[in-house]
Amino acid sequence: MRLPPRLTQAFVVSLLGLATAATLVILVFVIVFILRKGLPAIDSEFLFTKPQDMGRAGGILPTLVASVILPLIAVAIAAPLGISTAVYLTEYTRESRVTRMIRFGADCLAGIPSILFGLFGFIFFVTILRMGWSLLSGGLTLALMILPTIIRTTEEAIRAVPNAYREVSTSLGATRFRTTAKVVLPNALPGIVTGIMLGVGRSIGETAAVIFTAGSSLRMPASIFDSSRTMSVHFYILAREGLSSEMAYGTAAVLILSVLAVNLVAYGLMNRFIRRRS
Amino acid sequence: MTEVKIDIRGLNLWYGSFHALKNVSLAVPPARITALIGPSGCGKSTLLRSLNRMNDLIPGVRITGTVLLDGQDVFGGGIRVDRLRKRVGMVFQRPNPFPLSILDNVVYGLRVAGVHNRGVLRDTAEKCLRAAWLWDNVKDKLNHDALELPLDQQQRLCVARLLAVEPEVILMDEPCSALDPIATAKIEELMAVLKSDYTIVIVTHNMQQAARVSDFSGCMLLGEMIEFDDTQTMFTHPGDKRTEDYITGRYG
Repeated sequence: MRLPPRLTQAFVVSLLGLATAATLVILVFVIVFILRKGLPAIDSEFLFTKPQDMGRAGGILPTLVASVILPLIAVAIAAPLGISTAVYLTEYTRESRVTRMIRFGADCLAGIPSILFGLFGFIFFVTILRMGWSLLSGGLTLALMILPTIIRTTEEAIRAVPNAYREVSTSLGATRFRTTAKVVLPNALPGIVTGIMLGVGRSIGETAAVIFTAGSSLRMPASIFDSSRTMSVHFYILAREGLSSEMAYGTAAVLILSVLAVNLVAYGLMNRFIRRRS
Repeated sequence: MTEVKIDIRGLNLWYGSFHALKNVSLAVPPARITALIGPSGCGKSTLLRSLNRMNDLIPGVRITGTVLLDGQDVFGGGIRVDRLRKRVGMVFQRPNPFPLSILDNVVYGLRVAGVHNRGVLRDTAEKCLRAAWLWDNVKDKLNHDALELPLDQQQRLCVARLLAVEPEVILMDEPCSALDPIATAKIEELMAVLKSDYTIVIVTHNMQQAARVSDFSGCMLLGEMIEFDDTQTMFTHPGDKRTEDYITGRYG
């Protein structure tokens, strides 16, 4: 027996609404839970001093610094490489067995567990290239890890740019490079930024790949050749070694707030860029 | 007609194994409007796109024969394609401004060519918008998004954007098919004015339009140019039975 259409309609709509609400509730719950546990630990001493007694007391300043520098290194390397690769694959080559293989490779790379990147980074950057445990080793490893994501999101964003724009630009005498730089990339920017932000997010939150390559030194890094501990790693070690759950939650709260801040700033900048163009 | 702007000689074009243009020859006179008519898929647009080598963008295209622009072979080795496309500009079927401001749209070609002087850009924009009869509509909102304009103004903006690169030839690929009759009339008026300075080749499905605006007409069928004559003659005394069938609506 078929139900009346209005009834099924109402049923489906409420089901979809329920699923959306559940997603939101879980998200809000996680954030509120961590902020409530973590915010009390945060004060100026927590943010601006070094950890004492393995992190049981004092602050988290060095880990904050490492959490800024590490993603910066990763993105500074992965973004130009990834965007160039995506431009080459979409604008300068025709679909062929080779481009499909490159794409398949990128997809496989994106699915590799981060601990394997950590192991690779440890063997290759830390040991073979003698970079030691350092922000540089960690940044390079993270760059490899986020590269596939940046390539694929940039590719999708470039593909979404209407072909008519390329045609007109070409018909006005623009070379392929000019067309790419003036029309394709600006129009693909929101998607590209999304890809980069995903990469930043993954870099900030990563632990396994970072412990193996950047180490877990609690000292303030003097340069990118020093070992350092990011907030995520600090949180992991505090929680795992049972050093201080109060400090662990404090670190987690700062971590969440910084990711939020980075995203807000990135989207703000992007919107300003888009407004200025039109 | 002794003068020739574009001389097409024995042009053949294949998309893969499909023979889209069959030994097409045509002499396009300068400062006139030449219309290409014929049923869908007969190769009009393909012929048009051969003239500024837009077909280069499509994979699997093979071309034989010559297209001479002022006597120079556009398929020849000595020609720079980006310069050719500046000399032979194109207006497309759908109005296609970039998602930029009106001003930025008009000066796009200049910027690409490396002109960045604000004064020059601004003056060129005004000149071209005036030439495209759009200045009075947009002079107070040059920084507005071009996509906010009504369709016919968008199409005239595309013409202005093209004029800014100072082409010699303007190719129009069904420029009015997305426009209503009033907007179409405005574009046709604009064409009549432009033809004193530019060589115009237009592809159209609209017989009345071809009869109204063009000086010469070519009728194509299945990749062949079956008749080319001055428009008056072709529409009153077509020399080929197939042309007559097509323009009187008896062909498919």
